[in-house]
This record gives sequence, structure tokens and C-alpha cells, in this order.
Amino acid sequence: MIDFGFGLSRSSAVRLDEVDLTLYRKLEKLEPGVRTCMSCGSCTATCTAGPWSGMSVRKVILDLQRERASAEGHGEVRKMLSACMLCGKCSMVCPRGINTRHLILSLCRIYEEKK
Amino acid sequence: MRERFATGFDPFVLPFLVGMIFVLGYCAYGIFRILFQLSRQDRRKFLLSLITPSTALKNIWDIFANCLLHVKLWKRNRMLGFMHSSIAFGWFMIILLGHIEVMVYCPERVRLLYYPIFFNYFVAENESTIGGAVLFFLMDFFLLLILTGIALAMIKRVRSRIFGMRRTTRPSALDRVGLYSLWAIFPLRLLAESFTAHISGGSFLTIPANWVFRQFLGNDLNMLPTWWAYSIALGVFMCVLPFTRYMHIPAEMMLIPMRNAGLKIRHPRKGFAKVEVLSCPGCGVCIDACPMSVKKVNIKDCTVYLNRQIRRGNEKRIEEISDKCLLCGKCEAVCQVGVEGPKLRIAQRASRRYGLTPDYSGIDVAPLVAAAKGSKVLYFSGCMTRLTPSIGKAVTSLMHKAGVDFVWMDRDEGLCCGRPLLTAGRIDAAIGLIHKNEEIILSSGADTLVLSCPICYKIFTERYSLPGVRVVNYTDYFSELVEHGRLHLTKGDVCYVYHDPCELGRGCGIYDSPRKLIGQAAGIAEAPKTREESICCGGSLGSLTLDFSQREAMTRNALKNLYESRADAIATACPLCLTTFSRYSERPVRDLAEVLDASCSG
Repeated sequence: MIDFGFGLSRSSAVRLDEVDLTLYRKLEKLEPGVRTCMSCGSCTATCTAGPWSGMSVRKVILDLQRERASAEGHGEVRKMLSACMLCGKCSMVCPRGINTRHLILSLCRIYEEKK
Repeated sequence: MRERFATGFDPFVLPFLVGMIFVLGYCAYGIFRILFQLSRQDRRKFLLSLITPSTALKNIWDIFANCLLHVKLWKRNRMLGFMHSSIAFGWFMIILLGHIEVMVYCPERVRLLYYPIFFNYFVAENESTIGGAVLFFLMDFFLLLILTGIALAMIKRVRSRIFGMRRTTRPSALDRVGLYSLWAIFPLRLLAESFTAHISGGSFLTIPANWVFRQFLGNDLNMLPTWWAYSIALGVFMCVLPFTRYMHIPAEMMLIPMRNAGLKIRHPRKGFAKVEVLSCPGCGVCIDACPMSVKKVNIKDCTVYLNRQIRRGNEKRIEEISDKCLLCGKCEAVCQVGVEGPKLRIAQRASRRYGLTPDYSGIDVAPLVAAAKGSKVLYFSGCMTRLTPSIGKAVTSLMHKAGVDFVWMDRDEGLCCGRPLLTAGRIDAAIGLIHKNEEIILSSGADTLVLSCPICYKIFTERYSLPGVRVVNYTDYFSELVEHGRLHLTKGDVCYVYHDPCELGRGCGIYDSPRKLIGQAAGIAEAPKTREESICCGGSLGSLTLDFSQREAMTRNALKNLYESRADAIATACPLCLTTFSRYSERPVRDLAEVLDASCSG
């Protein structure tokens, strides 16, 4: 086959009916504030770790809500979480007042249960 | 002098004896257990310090000053100090004098544990002899002192405000048993000695009481029951002692030498931490001090309750309390025995297991190293300052005015200092970041590192190893520039009240240089609660679970304290305090650098 340097991209459609929300539900229990996230991206804009790793709390939450956290998506969430420096600026700028540091620490604990 | 009983024994001493043997046995077992829990180096360090003359002397003096005289409590509140030292010192003197009496009059009985305590029952001595008169007078004097202390303690239960305490701890059920038996011991001793005073002698307290009792109680039949009651009260107190807050009495005598030996908390429950927890007298001074206690729901999250829950082993509550705290360190600053509440909590957080461990090894520091090169002076603003760019701007402006050749190493991008990770208990991760920052700073070739964020400053001074680099907080750095005449400040009209950031004040002990600087640049006023007792702004990164809405009351309370100074504006020296206060403050809030920059013409 000829390599054109590009190909068909995989469908990124999210089937909300089929999404497995186990992880997200667990997180909801530990940090109910996650429900109020409106994906504004303030957390991403202020993130200290962002420039080095692509860390973004907004993306982590979205990935969990859309099950991107599973399968190969897990790798991305894990990578982002393990880059967090817990500096807390995201919680200070969050317009919904979400305790993002607690959210991240809770997620780090949930992953332990998955093992 | 004559002994009344040839056997030197009466069954009434048994309750006391049982209690005494139990307490001694329990404490001996406890000491061995704790020594066993210490790490090898710590144990060696501790035992060596006990035989080093200088520390041994310091131990004795500290135990005398803190356990008996309660010097720190006197400084806090005189009534509180008097109450505690009268009971502790008076009791100690009664025990000491009891032993002296036995040694003077019947040295062969000195081995009996109960003899010095019940001396007046077993031995008849005439107070007309010089020895008897002096000893009995002293005994009565110290008993009176203790009784005054007990009376004050009873008043304190009802009206704690007289003693400078708004809120006190709610005693647990066993604490109450201990408390009431402690209250009973000394009035019963007075009764018992009074009933025997016409046989065994007494002094200004016991002889008149004896005379009064004889007028209407008549016979000696009351003698034995009151001695029984006295002994039972002592026995009950000593039997419940290990399970009540009164365990602080023996534990503090262990804590002081351990602290003087330089031991640190290494495990949240074992070894040194255990001694600290047991040393908590449950006085509740930390309740009023805690910034969270402005809201009633948070009262049970103060250090005194953490200690109680650790003693009970209530894991769920221990976790909750550990995570909620702001780690402002005020409970530690006001604590009379020196329980390190924040460190206990950090140790608890550090014992937690996570499935995901942060990993910063992938971060390529080359661009940061390149950005940091080029000058002998580095300025590290810290990541928090990104939310308050005015601080960075003011600091650089001041540096330019002073003609300092410097490099702002994290102007574009930077790494976190690691302090937030450390307070969250993720110590290994924090060390990972520390190494990265060390690498950047050391390869820059600078010899001075100026920090404007006290959160960074604390971890830089405590955990970073930067040989050849002087780490300095900007308050100290600007003070030096002013002293050397490189910065000229002109006094403005605005009057500022300075808020001590937790990390800079209690954390690093810097109180004077910011005040002096503000005093040169503007008017300065003091808030009622200031310096070591300054109230946390409520924005602290120490707390893991407090969310925004819960913090508001704390911030408003801290602001209320600052408003009382009647200054026009608030000055602080921490980007986090600045952000937090700016959110709710009715008066302008400025960082120290901004205050200085406004009054410095260059």
C-alpha cells in the first residue's frame, strides 16, 4: 500500500448510552463537586504541569465522563494525573469552586482499586 | 515521734497501692514499647542525649518549668497558669515532703510505696517539735495551694472565659471519671488529715478543722472511712489515668527529653508521634486558635480531637481530620506541650497508598536551565504568583530600581516548588520536583536565590540542598537593599496593617523585616491577633477537603481581625493570601513588594 503520510482517523464518536461510567461514579462519590464542572478550561489555562505534559483537569473529567478513560484512553488520563504537581491554582480559578486537588487525589486512589 | 502501728500497714492503703502499681507498670511497658518503635538511629540518639550532661540538664529544667510550674501557661493566661501550677507543683511538693518525712522519721519504711502518702495516719508526730512544725506547716500550705487550684478548676468548668478560653474540650466519659476523682483527692486528704490531726499532728489547716469536727462529730470513728475514701479516690484516678487525658502527666516527661534529643515524627502513630499524642492534655487552647473553628461544624477537627481520635484508633475520623486541616500551624504555636498538629497530619497523609504515583522524570529542564542563566542573582516567583502577576512586576521593578542584575528564572514557565505535594503527604513526588529545581538552579551558576512566595521559601530552606547558593526571602533581601542604600523609600500617607502569612511567620519565623519595610514605606498598624497568633487567610493549600464555600467564613474572620486595626489597607507577603483576601476584602489588599514599589522613586 502506498503511504500517503495520512490515513483515515478512527471515529471519535461517543455513544453515551454505552458509556461505562464506573470510574466517574466512584469519583462522584468521593468528590461530588465534579458534577458541577462546565468544562470552561480555566484549570487548564493556569496549570503549572500543563506545558510539560498536557495535563488538563478539564480533559481528565471529560475523558471519564465519555469513557475515554478506558482502554487506550486510560493511558492518557494516567499520564495526565501523574504529571500533576498539586499546586492548586486550578482550584483557585475554578468558577464553580470545585476542589480540584481533592478530585485529583481521589482519582489517584480510585486507580489503586482498579489494579 | 512514734509509729502508731507496729505492722505499718492497714487494708485501706490497698486501693492506692493497686492504682500505683498499675500506673507504674503501664508506664514502664509504654516506655519500652515506644523505645522499641523508634528507629535504630533515633533510639541511639535519644539514649545518648539522656547521658549527655548539657541535654540532661536541659531536660530537667524543661520538665520542671513546663510540667510543674507551667511557665508557658502563665504567659498565656495568669489564672490558667496559677490553676495548673498550683495543682502540679503543690502535688509534687506534697509527695516530695511526704518522702522527706518518711526519710527523717522512719527511714526503714521508705521502701513502702504508700508510706509517704499516708504518713499522717501511720505516724504520730508532735507539731511542737521544730521539725514537725515546719513540715506540717509546709504540708498544709501546699494542700491549701492545691485546693485553691481545684476550686479554680471547678470554676473553669462553668466559666472558661475567666481563664481566657472561649471554648474548651468536651471531656469523654472516662475523662470525667478522672476529672472528678482528681477533684475528690485533695478535699478528701484534708478531711482525712483533719480527723487524725489530734493524734498525728497538723498545722494551720488541719488542726482547726479537727477542732471543728470534734465539736459535732465527736469520736474517732470517722477517721478510717475518710482515709479509705482518700485512698479509693487516688486508686480510681490512677487506674483510669492511662485511658484519660491525664496520661499527659507521665507522657510529657517523656516528650520533653525526646524533643530535646531532636527526634522527629516518622510514623503517624508510633514512636515520637505516639508520645506527642499522649502528651496532649486536652486543654482545648487549640480550639480557639484554629481558623476553622469559626464554623461550629469544624470544631471537632481541631488538633485536640485529632489526638483523641488517634488514641481511640478511630480511623475514619483520623483521615477526615487529617485531610481537612489548613496546616496553618497556629495550634502548634499556642500548644502548651508542643504537639505538632500539622506534622501529625502530614505523616498521616503520607501513610496513604495511591495507585498512581506522580512522575516528573520526563520533564526536560533544558529550556528552564537556559532561561535561568546569565546572572548571579536569580528570582523565583513560584507558580502561585502567576495568579497575582502584580507581585512579580513589583519585585522586578524594585530590583531594577536598586540596580540589581538578576534573572527571573520562571518568568515564562517554571516548576512547582514541591511544597503543596509535601503537605499532601506525597513526599516522594515532592522530592522528584525538588531535584528538578535543584538541577536548574545549580546549573545556572547563580549565588543568590530570591523568593517572593513564602510557600516556596519554606520548602527551599527546609528540603533543598543548594550548596553555594544563598536562599533568601524577598522581605530580607529588600531590607538589605534598603540598608545598603540601594533602595530609597519615602513614607506615604496610607496606613497598612500587615498580615503574617502562615508559611512566612510561623513557618519560617520572619516577622520583623516585613514590618520594618512597611514602616519605612507607609504607616503601619497591628491587628489584635498578630505575629505567632495571626489568623490563616483560609486559602491555604494545606487543606485537601475544604472547598471554596467552606473557606469563606474563615477568610472573613481573618479579615475581621485585620479590620480591627483601623488601617486603610492590608499588606501581606504571600501570593496566596493576596488572592484569597482580594476575593472578599472591603479594603485594598497589597503585596509587600507593591507597597515598597509605590513608595520607591528609584
